[in-house]
Amino acid sequence: MQINKSRYAQLTEGLKPEEMIINMGPQHPSTHGVLRLELITDGEIVKEVIPHMGYLHRCFEKHCESLTYQQIIPFVDRMDYMASMNNDHAFVMGVERMMGIDKDIPKRVEYIRVLVCELNRISSHLIAIGTYGIDIGAFTPFLWCFRDREHIMNMLEWASGSRMLYNYIWVGGLFYDLPVGFEERCSEFINYFKPKLTELNQLLTENQIFIGRTAGIGVLPLDVAINYGCSGPMLRGSGLKWDLRRIDEYSVYPELEFEIPVGKGEMGKLGDCWDRYKIRTEEIAESIRIIEQCLERLQKEFKRSPEFDPRAKLPKKIIPKEQDFYIRAENPKGELGYYFICDGKTEIPKRVKARGPSFNNLSVLPEISRGILIADLIAILGSIDIVLGEVDR
Amino acid sequence: MNFDEIKNLLTKKFGEGVIVEIENNGLQPALQINPDFIVQVCEELRDNKNTWFDFLSCLSGVDHGPEKNKFEIVYHLASIPHKQQLVLKTSRAHDRISSQLPSFQSVSKIWRTAEWHEREAFDLLGIYFEGHPDLRRILLPDDWEGYPLRKDYLAAEEYKGIKIN
Repeated sequence: MQINKSRYAQLTEGLKPEEMIINMGPQHPSTHGVLRLELITDGEIVKEVIPHMGYLHRCFEKHCESLTYQQIIPFVDRMDYMASMNNDHAFVMGVERMMGIDKDIPKRVEYIRVLVCELNRISSHLIAIGTYGIDIGAFTPFLWCFRDREHIMNMLEWASGSRMLYNYIWVGGLFYDLPVGFEERCSEFINYFKPKLTELNQLLTENQIFIGRTAGIGVLPLDVAINYGCSGPMLRGSGLKWDLRRIDEYSVYPELEFEIPVGKGEMGKLGDCWDRYKIRTEEIAESIRIIEQCLERLQKEFKRSPEFDPRAKLPKKIIPKEQDFYIRAENPKGELGYYFICDGKTEIPKRVKARGPSFNNLSVLPEISRGILIADLIAILGSIDIVLGEVDR
Repeated sequence: MNFDEIKNLLTKKFGEGVIVEIENNGLQPALQINPDFIVQVCEELRDNKNTWFDFLSCLSGVDHGPEKNKFEIVYHLASIPHKQQLVLKTSRAHDRISSQLPSFQSVSKIWRTAEWHEREAFDLLGIYFEGHPDLRRILLPDDWEGYPLRKDYLAAEEYKGIKIN
């Protein structure tokens, strides 16, 4: 097998005297996990970034070759471990569509799914915002975000039994109904959290130092974003109204009212780090709206009743007929996709491929960070909001 | 443009040989494309204003097992302006004994996102992509032997003196 001299070899072999290779990571806190960035620098200017990943690789896809669909769900949790509910939801939807039972799912189950997913979306964005602040040098928002996220984790732990890796959404239903009193406690949390979000915006979003570090940095033009397969806040930050909750209209999202925030380039240029950051704060506000609507319906039309069994529609054996299927859904970080190949005979899929949003979003990093300062690279990487569990799978 | 119109567009432009088979057994129909044409087909689908598939959602390599000896690449395209999706497939037979890897043309010039997806397929399935600018392992260590997602892969006894169980 002959391989032409790869771009990597060209970049790293012919260094000029003033150029130097610096390794950032894999144990660098601002790489948000175990990511190694190989930088070719000239003084403080970054000439080229070469990401190296795989430090957290567990070969999720190989595991799937020996597990049934229901058994895969806990593995799916561990991909984007900041938003396990959303991972589960996408996976379960895919299996349900293949089975042809997606229309039979009770409305209460669907509303509970959306409720927990949006709670998880808030907690994921809070991590993104908090750690982004700490990357830039603001310590307080980090503590505030983690304090509020803790409330969400406690609630989801109450419902599912675990703090981060929930395995709560099952094919055809749920693990359990929400615990008694969950709706009330959730409303309490929302009332508590709304003013905190305003506070957070005053502290960080409108902070002049923060704006100075992020506005106009790492500008991602829309055509580049689309060509690199960026999705989620990355794509919307560049000004495109593209949200799969609205495009694909899955689950009960068509019945809910919410806006899709897009970047406007208010502080600097369209598609800069500040725009991407701002999208996340606005999405938290939209998630709060969705949660309020869900709670209202869960307490009125789809009230809890003793007869209600969230496991009633659980299929006894999950054997989809022979087919290929690709499902996509809007995760906090972007388009999460699963590609299934079923052989129609066994409960074990022939192949499951996961398309992680972080993986694709990260691939644009070398493109938008040529010729910038090393300190700005931290700002750009933080604004992408990657989770290495999903990049490496 | 619906599925049949896309099919007609491609056969009109590249001849009858371009579409090998139409797979219609599931919820998402797929076009099986002749592997020699895949780059031209993708370029046409991206640039034609009636199809405009500007977003590559996913690119997956598939090993169909030692009985079939077939390697396949599946492209999931999405069109942002038309809000549409399309599945393309392309496959080649390979006996998995010869030292040459199964080889496909790279679409990384059309969608840059394919670059990392193709590296992943190379890393885990041992599929070679002609014209790829930087085909290295991406998730596994550079000195890893074998391709773990192949159906006939056997895990090594140990890795650098660490026993694998």
